[in-house]
Amino acid sequence: MLPTPDLSHLTSQDYRNVYEPSEDTFLLLDSLEEDQEYIKQLKPKICLEIGSGSGCVITFLGQIVGKNSVYITTDINPEAAKITQKTGKQNNIKIDAINTDLVNGILPRLENSIDIICFNPPYVITESSDINSSLIAASWAGGIKGREVTDRVLPYIPKLLAPGGSFYLLLIQDNKPQEIVEIMESYNLKYQLIKKRKAGIEQQFVLKFTKPL
Amino acid sequence: MRLITHNMLQCHVKGCTKDNFPLKLEEIEIEELEAEFNADFIKSMLNRLDWKALAQTTFSLGIAQLPEEMPEELSDEMLEQLHHILLEIDITSGRMVCQGCNHVYPIRNGIPNMLLTESEV
Ligand SMILES: C[S@@+](CC[C@H](N)C(=O)[O-])C[C@H]1O[C@@H](n2cnc3c(N)ncnc32)[C@H](O)[C@@H]1O
Ligand SMILES: [Zn+2]
Repeated sequence: MLPTPDLSHLTSQDYRNVYEPSEDTFLLLDSLEEDQEYIKQLKPKICLEIGSGSGCVITFLGQIVGKNSVYITTDINPEAAKITQKTGKQNNIKIDAINTDLVNGILPRLENSIDIICFNPPYVITESSDINSSLIAASWAGGIKGREVTDRVLPYIPKLLAPGGSFYLLLIQDNKPQEIVEIMESYNLKYQLIKKRKAGIEQQFVLKFTKPL
Repeated sequence: MRLITHNMLQCHVKGCTKDNFPLKLEEIEIEELEAEFNADFIKSMLNRLDWKALAQTTFSLGIAQLPEEMPEELSDEMLEQLHHILLEIDITSGRMVCQGCNHVYPIRNGIPNMLLTESEV
């Protein structure tokens, strides 16, 4: 078992504006851990987390992959970007956090360049108007089907992934994961279910999509 | 933000397709970092770099004078220099200006802000 990243530098004050690692976060960590042999043999050069929040996931990925990779993150919430960078520092992983919407600002430059992408999106079904209604609402409010934010980023994933690279995506049953599988397969990505767990009444999944070599 | 990451960022204002990369760094503050040197890692990163943009940026900052094109063979000395440029120069504040449309992307607390307003997207 790999240790979870040290988050002792964060306080409840920080979690007022930034998503506190929760069951979904930990399911993503468990998935990366379970898949670590695959991840290591990829020898990732560039890893990206979209919507990094506390930075827990990218830091954990950094612990698996090691020093010989570049870790970049995006978040629409500037507070999250700051905290992500701090979490990296606390755990000795250099993270370059970017304050942006999804993957804006790295395309087309990073086409075919990213080996691992992770995303634990805002996935709760809400009114569309709830999305981004506050810093913290942006962390969970997903609009229609809880999918509005996720769906916007999907077309960029096959562009960004390096050949052989993978995208790890957390979803819940309400998001209709099967539909996402169909979308991603239409982009020629290979699908695999990595983990499935019930958290309260919420059925959570981690899906992995891989770009052919 | 290290220079390696600066090398990956470009302007994404709607309709800005010319001279949108690299973004020009202005009024920046730099902090030097210390990173472990690994020649193989630097070599393996080369095909993910935009060399011309790196040469242009380091020249305009007065940090280095890299050859305009990536050399076929890189000496150990050159690899160490690249290591320093890419991984040990952290830009803590300043701004990035698009040479195509003049859009300004600020950098604060080491974090570039690539967000645009609705009308720019
Ligand atoms: C469910 S939280 C996950 C946080 C963290 N990755 C984790 O697993 O604990 C979703 C994150 O996505 C960010 N986010 C929401 N919409 C975004 C967007 N359009 N672009 C970038 N990040 C976004 C939120 O600010 C939040 O940090
Ligand atoms: Zn521009």
